[in-house]
Amino acid sequence: MAISTPTTPDGAPGAAPPAGSGTGAEHQRRSTLLHRLDVRGAPYAFVAPFFVVFAAFSFYPLVYTSWISLHRVELSTLNLMEWVGFDNYTALWEDDRFWNALLNTFTIGVLSTVPQLLMALGLAHLLNYRLRGSTFFRVAALTPYATSVGAAALVFTMLFERDFGMINWMLSLVGVDNVDWENNKWAAQTAISTIVIWRWTGYNALLYLAAMQAIPRDRYEAAAIDGASRWQQFLTVTIPGIRSTIVFTIVLSTIGATQLFGEPLIFGQGPNGITGGADNQYQTLGLLLYEEGWKNYQMGRAATVAWAMFLLLIVVFVVQRLVTRVTARKG
Amino acid sequence: MTTDSIPVQTPDARSGTAQKARKDTPPARRSRRLFRHPGAGRQHHAGPVAYILLGIAALFSLFPLYWTMVAASTDNTRVTQTPPPFLPGPHLLENLGKAWQDAALGKAMLNSLIVAGVIALSTVLFATLAGFAFAKLRFKGRNILLMLVIGTMLVPPQLGVVPLFMMMTELGWGQQLPAVIFPTLVSAVGVFFMRQYLSEALPDELVEAGRVDGAHSLRIFWSIVLPIARPPMAVLFMITFVHAWNDFFWPFIVLDMSNPTVPVALTQLSAGYIRDQSLIMAGALLGTLPLLVMFIVFGRQIVGGIMQGAVKG
Repeated sequence: MAISTPTTPDGAPGAAPPAGSGTGAEHQRRSTLLHRLDVRGAPYAFVAPFFVVFAAFSFYPLVYTSWISLHRVELSTLNLMEWVGFDNYTALWEDDRFWNALLNTFTIGVLSTVPQLLMALGLAHLLNYRLRGSTFFRVAALTPYATSVGAAALVFTMLFERDFGMINWMLSLVGVDNVDWENNKWAAQTAISTIVIWRWTGYNALLYLAAMQAIPRDRYEAAAIDGASRWQQFLTVTIPGIRSTIVFTIVLSTIGATQLFGEPLIFGQGPNGITGGADNQYQTLGLLLYEEGWKNYQMGRAATVAWAMFLLLIVVFVVQRLVTRVTARKG
Repeated sequence: MTTDSIPVQTPDARSGTAQKARKDTPPARRSRRLFRHPGAGRQHHAGPVAYILLGIAALFSLFPLYWTMVAASTDNTRVTQTPPPFLPGPHLLENLGKAWQDAALGKAMLNSLIVAGVIALSTVLFATLAGFAFAKLRFKGRNILLMLVIGTMLVPPQLGVVPLFMMMTELGWGQQLPAVIFPTLVSAVGVFFMRQYLSEALPDELVEAGRVDGAHSLRIFWSIVLPIARPPMAVLFMITFVHAWNDFFWPFIVLDMSNPTVPVALTQLSAGYIRDQSLIMAGALLGTLPLLVMFIVFGRQIVGGIMQGAVKG
């Protein structure tokens, strides 16, 4: 591998080596030159692969999406692009399915993110005790993370089955009638959120646990001397101590929530999956993007949905920044 | 107890302890400590309530997997009865065999193995290279480039999916594994992870010594950085492998059933081609099995790795 070859093709004229020029030893001079080129160029060569791949397969497509969204492009004839200006955007704006998907993305996002992070916080707190078998509990908590969306969604779809699903059976034991998890809007969204919660709670808990363990012990001692109960210590030492990790997980799960795709798709079992249920009752923006592009064959409109998702993310981040700033000032 | 007694909001308290660790601990010991738990803050012993709650959490985590196995080992009539079965039945191998054939899981497994293996290898290599540069080498624009790396974590892959699909079609990579592999060859999280580890675990003096001895950068990377970075590289490999194996959205779009990865093949099970619930569960079990085995064998290390990355994240 010739990674150490300098990225600047002709360093020679500009970077004359001052050190070797006095002695006049040609060999020495060349090796000093190579050394300087290596020291200057190698860092760029080392970070280059990341940026090259990212530019080619993430940044360029992201920008190109906006160009495509101004065109009519069909899946079957991808090289025929017909300029339509902002037609795709106005059509999306007037499309009920878009607003429905946006709202669903938001509600499923809240339903999955909030309980997930709260449960993760509690779980992390428990794991932070001195424990026998702590490794077992940690690995157990993380195991769902190893399950693919596909497998997890299949299992939960079956657990949430209306007629013979285990969850309805357990509910019937406490006298609750069969819930139609698929066709009832809120039930379906709850079920989908459950899949997300199941897969990611343990992961987030470990992130919190790591941050908790880095809190200096003397802060707890100081709080204890001040007479703080365990709960008060949790609120005034633990939570502030892991604040930046909490923000980090909120950002991560928000991104995850805006992208939600596999869980609702598989939960719908077949043709109903792409539309997010017979009445789009759990169609997310990710599903709408797929429906426009790969079911209705309108790539231009799919690109428009992608941009809408991007804008949504930006709005969420701005709001989040504002909220964290305000709460930080208060604290 | 008032908040006054708490030192001012310090989100960077963690970097404080990290710095302390750098001074106190020699590098070798610290790298071994990667997989142990520091223990600071674990002030109380767990009582029975904590164990009960943790038990419930563990049950919540593991039960769906256990039940997948139960359902996969019975037949369709038994699994759709109430009350549902709680103990494994006699048909496990038979169902696994059938699901293996119906969902074309053999090919899917091989594909997933290739995809996840290549992605994990390249991610680890490039992340270690870039992480080393960001941690220990000085160059113009280093901070800006690092900010860019972190910024890229916030760009979800779905946003570029339409042009990416068009690109892959143009390249003739539609339904081909390179279409899945190339966009994920590097990872910003990986770069960041390695940078955090190396800036602590690799002493500047070691790099300087290498320079004095006349080693060029690649040589320093090969003989000084790589040996020290082995533990986090292993962790990064496993985490990336899990992610790549489970990745769904993009493979689902760019691959089809003739050449799927495991998650893509599993959608076929739900899509009504197979009506038998036990077979569906058998397929789900098969698709998860490789990673479960990996978790049983390396669970401790993966947990340690995620936590190690998190402390600094």
